[in-house]
Amino acid sequence: MTDPASVVDVELIAGTPGAAPGGVSDAGRSAPWWLWVGALTVLLPVGLPVLFLFLRAAGATDAAWDTLMSIRTVQLVARSFLLTAVVTASATAVGVTGAWLLARTDLSFKRVWGIVFAMPLVVPSYVLAMVFISATGPRGLFADMTGITLPHLIGLPGAWLALTITTYPYVYLITAAAIRKIDPALEEAARGLGATPTRVFRTVILPQLRPAIGAGALLAALYTLSDFGAVSLMRFDAFTRVIYAQYSGRLDRTPAIVLSIVLILIASVIIWGEQRTRGKGKYFSRSVTRPPTLYRLTGPQRIAATSAMAIVAGIGAIIPVAVLVSWVVRGVRAGSDTSVSWSAVGGSLTAGTIAAALAMAAAIPIVILAVRFASRSTRWLERGVFGLFSLPHITIAIAVVAFTVRYTRPVYQSLLVLGLVYAAMFLAQATSAAKAALIQVNPALEDASRSLGRGPIATYVKVTFPLMAKGLLAGGALVFVTTLKELPATLLLSPPGFTTLAVRIWAAADELLYTRAAASALLLIAVSIVPVYYLSIKPKDALDT
Amino acid sequence: MKRLAVLALVVAVTAVACSAGGGGDGLTLYSGRSEDLVQPLIDRFTEETGIEVTVKYAGSADLAATLSEEGTGSPADVFFAQDPASLGTVALAGLLSPLPTDVLSKVPERFSDSQGRWVGTSGRARVVVYDSTAIDPGDLPETEDGFTDPQWRGRVGIAPTNGSFLSFVSAKILVDGEDATLRWLEGMANNASPTFPKNSAIVAAVNDGQIEVGLVNHYYLLRALAESPDLPGANYFFEVATPGSLVMPAGVGILASSDKQESAKKFVEFLLSDESQSYFATETFEYPLVPDIPASELLPPLETIPTPDVDLSMLATVLDTATDLVAQAGLL
Repeated sequence: MTDPASVVDVELIAGTPGAAPGGVSDAGRSAPWWLWVGALTVLLPVGLPVLFLFLRAAGATDAAWDTLMSIRTVQLVARSFLLTAVVTASATAVGVTGAWLLARTDLSFKRVWGIVFAMPLVVPSYVLAMVFISATGPRGLFADMTGITLPHLIGLPGAWLALTITTYPYVYLITAAAIRKIDPALEEAARGLGATPTRVFRTVILPQLRPAIGAGALLAALYTLSDFGAVSLMRFDAFTRVIYAQYSGRLDRTPAIVLSIVLILIASVIIWGEQRTRGKGKYFSRSVTRPPTLYRLTGPQRIAATSAMAIVAGIGAIIPVAVLVSWVVRGVRAGSDTSVSWSAVGGSLTAGTIAAALAMAAAIPIVILAVRFASRSTRWLERGVFGLFSLPHITIAIAVVAFTVRYTRPVYQSLLVLGLVYAAMFLAQATSAAKAALIQVNPALEDASRSLGRGPIATYVKVTFPLMAKGLLAGGALVFVTTLKELPATLLLSPPGFTTLAVRIWAAADELLYTRAAASALLLIAVSIVPVYYLSIKPKDALDT
Repeated sequence: MKRLAVLALVVAVTAVACSAGGGGDGLTLYSGRSEDLVQPLIDRFTEETGIEVTVKYAGSADLAATLSEEGTGSPADVFFAQDPASLGTVALAGLLSPLPTDVLSKVPERFSDSQGRWVGTSGRARVVVYDSTAIDPGDLPETEDGFTDPQWRGRVGIAPTNGSFLSFVSAKILVDGEDATLRWLEGMANNASPTFPKNSAIVAAVNDGQIEVGLVNHYYLLRALAESPDLPGANYFFEVATPGSLVMPAGVGILASSDKQESAKKFVEFLLSDESQSYFATETFEYPLVPDIPASELLPPLETIPTPDVDLSMLATVLDTATDLVAQAGLL
C-alpha cells in the first residue's frame, strides 16, 4: 500500500514476518470491468471536463504565457508552498496530540472534548477569517471586552491560524481512529522495559500511526492549497487568489487555466512526496483484544493538556460561535432583519445528502480496486481523486459549465451535475475513510465466501460491504460537512432558484450585513453538528470497523 | 451496496426531476446583485404582475462569463448586473436584445449602453472611505492620483481584483490613457497600498482601524452604519471630475435568446418604476437614476458629483487591459 489514500492501516511491528499483508488476496487476478465502471461514474463526468479545459489551454494565448512566465508566478508558488507547509505542520501537531490525549490518557471530560475538538470541521474557513479579523485589533471584540489590544490578525499569521483550525480535524479524526487499532501490548512492553512515556510515543506509537497521519496531513495540505476564502480575506497572496482574479478580471480564460495546471502540479509534488516518505513498509492490522492502559497525567500535565485543548477548541469553535452570536444580538438590537432562509437550509441539506450519497457509492469500487487489485492504473485512479481535491473549486466549476453547456445540455445546471461535482471534488475524503475500513477486512473472509459458491458481486455485497460500511459512512459524513461549506461551484452550477447556507453567508457578508451572515453561519454550524457528532462522539463505531 | 445503489438512483432521479421544473411562464433571472438586496424587490414584482421569477445569484463577472459560455441557448431571460463591464461583456458577445426607447428614455443617457442593449437601474459612486478619527477630510488629495504621494504610504486600501475597482481602472484607461493608468497603479503598488479582496473588506478595515483610507463604492459604509451607527468611517467625494469620482450604474439587459421578451420587458420597467427606484434609495443606499426620485439624505445629490466624460459601454472593451495593467503593476 504505497498510495496516499490508505488511512487506518497499522504497521506490522511484531510477529508473523512474511505473513500476507491485508488486502492482496486478489493480487494477480485482474479487476472485473464493472468495478472500473463503478469507479469512474463520478470521477469521469467531472475529470473529463477538467481535462478538456486543460486541453483548451494548450492553445494558450500570449497573455496566458506572460502570466505563467512572470517572476510573480514563481513568488506565488513559493508563498503557496510556504503556507501549505506551515499549516500542514501545525495541523498535524495539533491533530495527533489531540488524538493521543483523547485515546491514551486519562484526560477528564473526554466525551465533551471529543465533540468540541472536532467542531472546527464545520466552520467554513472564510467565516473563521471574518471572525478573527473582527475579534483582533484595537477596535476588535477582544479589545472591547478585555481592554487588551491584540495585533490585527492578517497576512500569513492570519491565514495560517484560520487554515490550521480548519484542517487539523482531518488529521485528528483519522489518527484517532487509527490509534485505537494499535495493540496496547506493544506500548506496555516498551514501558515495562523502562521507556519513558515520550519515548513510547515516539518510538512505538508514532511509527504505527505513520500512514494515518500521512493521510490526514495530505488532506490538510491539499485543502490549504485549494482554499480561497481564508487566504483572500486574510490578504495572503496565495496562488488561488491570482487564479480567481484572472477568472473574474478578464474575458480571456486561458491565463487562469494555465495557472490551475501549475497548481495541480504543485499538488502532484505533495502527493508524490507523501508516497515517497511513507516508504515501502507493509502494513496490516492486528486485532485489538482489550482496552489500553491509560497513561495517568500528573497534576501539571493535566492542567497543561486541558488548557491546550481548551485553547484550540476555544479558537476554533467557541470564539467563532460567540462572535457570531454577538453579531446576531447586536443586529437584533439595532432592528436589523435577521430572518433566515429556510430554503437555504433545505438546499444545503439536499446538496450535502446528494454529494455524500454519490461519493460513498463511488468510493466503494475505487477502494476495492485500490486495495484488492492494486496496480499502476489504480494508483493513477487515486491520484485523479486527490488531484480533483486539490484544484480550486472555480476551475472545476468552469470546466463543468463549459462541458455540460456544449455536450450534455439536458443536465446543465441540474442538481445531478452539481451533486456529481461535489462528490468528485471531495471524493478523496470518502475514499480515505472507506479504504481505512476495507484494509481492516480480512481477505480470507472473501475467499471463504467465494469458495462456498458465492459469485464476486454477491461476495462484495454480502461480505465486504457490511464490514466496511461504517468507515464508508464516516467518509460520507466528511463529504456532507465539506459540501455544506462549498461556495464557488455552488454559485456557478446550481439550478436557478437553488440556494444554500454558504451562498447566503457569502451574499450577506459581501454587503456587510453581518447580522444575516452570522445567522446563516450559525445555522450552517447547527446543521453540520449532526454528522460531526457522529464522527466524534462515536469514532470507535464510526471510523473503526 | 445494493441499498446504496438504490439510494443513488433515487437521488439521481429526484435531482433530474427537480431541475426540470424551470419552464412555464416564469422568468429566469441571472442576478449579479445580492439576494439580500434585490429579492424583496423581485417578490414585489411577482405580487404585482403574477410573473414568477426564478433567480440564479452569483458574482456579476461570473454570470457574464457563464452567459458567454451558454451563448444563444442560455436558460436566462434577464441579466441584472452590478457593473457596466459585466453588462458590456454580454452585450459585446451579441447576446442582449436592444431595449425599447420608452424604457431607455427613463434614465439619463450616460447611465445606459450607447446602443441601448442595457439600461442603468441605480447609481454607485466611487468614493474615498476614511477613518474620521484619524483623518481630516481637508487633508485628502484632489484626485486619486494624489494617493501615490509618499505621505500616503501603506495607508490606502484598494481591492485590485474586485469588479468595481476593475471597472474604475477601465474608466481610467479610457479617460487618462493606458500609460497614465499603469503609472498610477505602479504608484499605488510602490506605495505599499494594502490590497483587499473586495470593497466591503476595505470598509470593514477602515472601521476596525486597520487602515485609514480606502477606495470603494459609496454605499457599503451607509449599510454598515445602518447596522452599527457608531462606526468611525466616513465617505469623501472628490470635488473635481476624475475617474475616481465616477458614478457607475448597476443595470439590466434582456437576453436576445429569451422567448419571454414581453415579461422580461415588464421586469426591466418594474426596476425603473418609482417604487423600485425609491427602494434603491432607501434600502440599498444607491442613487436612483430616474429623475425626481430623491436619493438618501446622507448623500450629496447625484448632479453635484463631478463626472468625467466616459462612454460606459466601452468599459468591457478594455477590461482585459485593465487586468493586465493591474498584474503588470504587481497588484495581482
